[in-house]
Amino acid sequence: MIPELGTFSLILALLCAIVQGTFPLLGAHRNHYHWMNLARSAAWSQLVFVGLAYACLTVSFLSHDFSVRYIALNSNTQLPVIYLISGVWAGHEGSLLLWALILAGWTGAVERCSSAIPQEMRARVIAVMGLVSTGFLLFIIMTSNPFARQFPIPLEGNDLNPLLQDPGLAIHPPILYLGYVGFSVPFAFGIAALLAGRLDGAWARWSRPWTLFAWSFLTIGIALGSWWAYNELGWGGWWFWDPVENASFMPWLVGTALVHSLAATEKRGVFKAWTVLLALVAFSLSLLGTFLVRSGILTSVHAFANDPARGVFILIFLSLVVGLSLGLYAWRAPSVRSTLVTSPISRESLILINNILLMVTTATILLGTLYPLVMDALGLGKISVGAPYFNSVFVPLTAPLVLLLGTASVIRWKQDKIKRLLWILTPALLISFVIGVLWPVFNMPHYSSVAIFGVTLGVWTFATAVVGVWSRTSGGNRWRRLRNTPSSFYGMTLAHIGVGVFAIGIALTSAFSVEKQVRMAPGDHQLIGGYDFRFDGVIDVRGANYVAQRGIITVLKDGLPISRLEPEKRTYQVQRNPMTEAGIEAGLMRDLYVSLGEPLDDGRSWGLRLYLKPFIRWIWLGALLIAIGGLIAGFDRRYRLPSGIRNRSPSTVTTPSVGI
Amino acid sequence: MVGLIVVGCTIATGLALLALRENINLFFSPSQIVDGTAPSNTTIRLGGMVVSGSIQRGENLGVTFVLTDLAEQVTVAYEGILPDLFREGQGIVTQGKLDSSGRFFAEQVLAKHDETYMPPEVNDALRKVMEVGQ
Repeated sequence: MIPELGTFSLILALLCAIVQGTFPLLGAHRNHYHWMNLARSAAWSQLVFVGLAYACLTVSFLSHDFSVRYIALNSNTQLPVIYLISGVWAGHEGSLLLWALILAGWTGAVERCSSAIPQEMRARVIAVMGLVSTGFLLFIIMTSNPFARQFPIPLEGNDLNPLLQDPGLAIHPPILYLGYVGFSVPFAFGIAALLAGRLDGAWARWSRPWTLFAWSFLTIGIALGSWWAYNELGWGGWWFWDPVENASFMPWLVGTALVHSLAATEKRGVFKAWTVLLALVAFSLSLLGTFLVRSGILTSVHAFANDPARGVFILIFLSLVVGLSLGLYAWRAPSVRSTLVTSPISRESLILINNILLMVTTATILLGTLYPLVMDALGLGKISVGAPYFNSVFVPLTAPLVLLLGTASVIRWKQDKIKRLLWILTPALLISFVIGVLWPVFNMPHYSSVAIFGVTLGVWTFATAVVGVWSRTSGGNRWRRLRNTPSSFYGMTLAHIGVGVFAIGIALTSAFSVEKQVRMAPGDHQLIGGYDFRFDGVIDVRGANYVAQRGIITVLKDGLPISRLEPEKRTYQVQRNPMTEAGIEAGLMRDLYVSLGEPLDDGRSWGLRLYLKPFIRWIWLGALLIAIGGLIAGFDRRYRLPSGIRNRSPSTVTTPSVGI
Repeated sequence: MVGLIVVGCTIATGLALLALRENINLFFSPSQIVDGTAPSNTTIRLGGMVVSGSIQRGENLGVTFVLTDLAEQVTVAYEGILPDLFREGQGIVTQGKLDSSGRFFAEQVLAKHDETYMPPEVNDALRKVMEVGQ
């Protein structure tokens, strides 16, 4: 009964989405008030029905209704409750339902927060989101209904994939989707502005907070995925340049470019057409990401069970979205007049360079990700592109980005002077060099140019952030100036510091990590980077729905035990796959990491992976700071004021100021 | 300004293509190794099914096993810990180099996290053998 109610609400939601996608659009075109007004009620009803369908699936999971095929495949009576709830999005059907729910949620949020936006614009935005939702709901109902029943009814479910039974991964998809789907908002604003033929600063101001929120969620989502892979895959790695990871990283890069160019469009009226294009591309890449992950055409660590037939639908949907939006862009964008960038030394030019670097990076990653697929499709042989490719193009493209980022805190709009910038920034540059050279030399085991380079860049972002806040608040009452500085400035500063923390993390981890794969019998010692790992043997333990062999490893420093690591090799009762659970002692300066390999012939020895990972936490800490910075900037009071109250007169825009 | 951008992009594209060419790994099946299609002393990928009873542990973490596409067999040598889902009858992909005597030395062994999953490359190679056999 409940599953049928779920299917029924999905169909009702589809009908609402169709209404939401058509009438307001036509109404805006013909200036028909009541049709435009339909946007509100259609959006809310759609949210209610998708929410109801989602609730039905959750209830069916909690009540172990194995007559529903999706639940039988992804659940089990022994499964802990938290994984029954997260099991809803463990597979393809449920994660699409989550997609649809989040899309309906963003639509509701946009509807609720945009009373200051002219009705015609609002109707178009909601309608475009309705059209996207129509596509997704059609996809769910036609090819992947999570409520499909099966007969005979199995007595026990097939269990949740053991890899997904981890708190980090349980929250990874919703957060990632909040980001992916969130890019539908700037996309919808972009399409609406193109339809109306009005691409102005107001358009950029409306899109900015939404873009920042979506981008921040995507940042956290990607970081969570990386953190999970580190904990759960047992290889000690945090990023594999795996096609599925790239699929989430490309929209992030474009989103980063978008966040910056929106600022330039809002403040200075430059790059209008380019900014819209970025909004279209960011969302298209989010869809491409969904397509790549779900179509089964990729060889990847993430390649869970897939169905190529569904890929065809997503491909058609993707071509429609990309084709129509780019078509509209080609038709409307040429008439847009942007203000020209007046000087090469200005904040606008800096943002331009930032955008170029980010887009070239995206293009090279796209090339490496799609090249094997294209070769295969053309019958030119099966190939794979290795991680060294991505590393060798990524670093040279992003290092200049971090260098330029430092000047962002002080450079002015419109026109600035190199002399002034040098004068302000030279102390920061010197400090970064001194700390960058001294830190790795004094604290680390051996010389490494990578470490010096990374730490210099990292300290540079921090030093310039301090200089930025200092110079912004100098003159007059500093405390009052600090308080009056908009939160978007603080958000930017924090996010930029996050990039530095991230860079230091990558540099030190890749320069000084030590890895050993060894054979150890109980009582054996291994010395790694000054830490003595002693293997004390393996005991059997029992979890809620698994049995495990738990290795006991004592880590000694200078003869004294400092930590006890307990990596596990778990066997889940239903799926019988062995699963590695790493034993990690996390620290701000270093992680000690052990994972159990396999028992060896003599029955006493085990294969073990031992790692010392300096500063690896800084990678996720940096990502977290970036995301928090984005959220702080998105909550800037400026965006919440109704458009009429804060009228940006041209004079405030043309004064060379350090706004963002 | 525009000129600088164009020059920069050209250099970036050139470097990217160069890096791409150096880091492409071709995929081969055991049949292609045996008939000599696969180059030796270059990093390539080799995929197939692990032959039952062929896994042999050696000194330390050394291990050898035999991969098959149901037509030909190739012995693979590897030093290190095998992935969780590595087992007999499982389809796997390895990355490494072929020496001149026809032994394959793997630097990486990849097995997927799903017991019913067969890597697409291995699947295709198996299907090709089946088609020839019919």
